[in-house]
Amino acid sequence: MPAEIRILRQKIKAVKSTQKITRAYELIATSRLPKAQQRMAAARPYAEEITRALTELATASTLDHPLLVARPEPKRAAVLVVTSDKGMCGAYNSSVLKRAEELQSLLREQGKTPVLYVIGRKGMTYYNFRNRELTGSWYGVSDQPTYAAAAEAGQALVESFMSEEGVDEVHVVYTEFKSMLTQTPVAKQVAPLEVEYNEEPTTSRTSYEFEPEAEQLLGALLPKYINTRLFSALLDAAASELASRQRAMKAATDNANDLLRDYSRQANAARQAQITQEISEIVGGANALADAGSDE
Amino acid sequence: MAEMSVELVAVERRLWSGQATMVLARTIEGEIGILPRHIPLLGQLVDGHAVEIRTTEGEVVRAAVHGGFISISDRGVSILAESAELADEIDVNAARAGLDSDDESERTRAAAQLRAAGQTV
Repeated sequence: MPAEIRILRQKIKAVKSTQKITRAYELIATSRLPKAQQRMAAARPYAEEITRALTELATASTLDHPLLVARPEPKRAAVLVVTSDKGMCGAYNSSVLKRAEELQSLLREQGKTPVLYVIGRKGMTYYNFRNRELTGSWYGVSDQPTYAAAAEAGQALVESFMSEEGVDEVHVVYTEFKSMLTQTPVAKQVAPLEVEYNEEPTTSRTSYEFEPEAEQLLGALLPKYINTRLFSALLDAAASELASRQRAMKAATDNANDLLRDYSRQANAARQAQITQEISEIVGGANALADAGSDE
Repeated sequence: MAEMSVELVAVERRLWSGQATMVLARTIEGEIGILPRHIPLLGQLVDGHAVEIRTTEGEVVRAAVHGGFISISDRGVSILAESAELADEIDVNAARAGLDSDDESERTRAAAQLRAAGQTV
């Protein structure tokens, strides 16, 4: 059965080359993941400090900045979906997109029109394929996000939020990195924003001095705070993407190994069968010749 | 000698933290020098200028700070920056070239870097 052997050998070759790709992806994800986690940790001091500063400011000034006050009748809500640029990461993109769909139908139920913003090629393809309009999209940063990218998206969202015919709410949907094994897609409201107050009571209640005035300072600080929130969402998403890619690619590599074992066993059996058949054909032929000779 | 704890944090990393005797910065309203036990203050820093930290060991740490805020509380001083570079990380020649850039934010960034590196602008 040489045909069967040839087919099996082709399959083995194909699986081997697929496995090379999946293993390479797995190794890349494994090596980048610690860095992504480090960046998450490195960004934390700034986020903590800016939250503390904002809390102080919020207690000192009247909170009537547009970014802090909920609009009476919200009509349009921006949804920023954070997806990856590349695939090969299991259910990462589909679960975050599913979460985004849930949020959008919830918003529609509340009588708000969702306005889509997307980060990452996968999300862009998803919505373009469904002919859904994207108000803003960015790509090229998904596994190593920069603050500049977060600031760019943040600026677009804040501008739309502050303008007359813009949006009344801003939500962000991304994948939260809880641990190496757990990453959950979450939806969070970014604007109007609720400052995450630390509950720890400050020891001295001396009032702060502000340079410039508190209101003006709040106006400068709030967009930066939103950028920080977006940036930490991007960092979380990047770490999650790498973790799920690593897991998915490890599973794929293991599967390829199983397939290879099965195929090579079948190929060996087929080769053995072929040899056995050839031998019995030769023996049969020789016997036939010998029989023919003895007749004479 | 009185001292205070100072932190210099940028969005992507913490650049410097430690004990210091004095911090010099420039807010929107003007130059400010902070000694230990300063009253609580929150200020927005002007772009294009450097922050100077004098440590208890007598060293001077200078950094170019972009999009920065300074927050002083009883726990110490923290300087927040969208991005920042310490003086010894700055490429002076590149910053000089940046001064002639067409982009205004590029120019202020270069000015801050040169000031932090101890050059005249």
